[in-house]
Amino acid sequence: MSAATAFLDITVMIVFCALAIGQVLSMVRLVIGPTYGDRILALDTMVINALGLVVVLGIHQGVQIYFEVTLLIAMLGFVSTVALARFLLRGDIIE
Amino acid sequence: MTGQIIATYGAAICLLIGSGFVTVGVIGLLKFDDPMTRLHAPTKVGTIGIGMLLLASLLHSFALGESSMHELLIMAFLFLTAPVSANFIAKVNIHNRSCETPPPPPRDDTWSTLNAPEDDAPVIAVEKS
Repeated sequence: MSAATAFLDITVMIVFCALAIGQVLSMVRLVIGPTYGDRILALDTMVINALGLVVVLGIHQGVQIYFEVTLLIAMLGFVSTVALARFLLRGDIIE
Repeated sequence: MTGQIIATYGAAICLLIGSGFVTVGVIGLLKFDDPMTRLHAPTKVGTIGIGMLLLASLLHSFALGESSMHELLIMAFLFLTAPVSANFIAKVNIHNRSCETPPPPPRDDTWSTLNAPEDDAPVIAVEKS
């Protein structure tokens, strides 16, 4: 059991590093992105990476309370992506 | 006891697969050179990458002995909303003409996202290419 737990701990550290690198690279695309679509896409990717970070934090601490946080981040990310895209498409969010 | 060990190893392998997909998707977002091509890569982050991380969380809760199925809810929500947001971003790309305009549809004059009434014509002209 201890060998499996040690392997899981190392893996969790690798995933933390991968998601952090993902956040930084998405932020680079958010800054340099030539079109509006790229910027919305980079923001969406950053929200999804943050969601993954919260999930992995829950695995790392071995608790279940991060479930609600994850669900809230997922809903807010979807609504904000759709609102931004709709503002660019129609010039208005709620017509 | 053996089930717990298997679940822990399964969670670790799912985490590795998910982190690999997240890394590849984000590198694709940064390196591709066309807006529609860039749209392709990060949708994998949203489905397979985060799906594997949530599956690892599910397996880890089984390994801890306090099993929960909450993660399936988040997975279902993400799998439903990821194509919708990708479709919206593709429509923004077509609308801003930042990609090559697709061939005209068989029945209508033009794509509905490009079909602007006369009053909105200056708004279209101002928009960045």
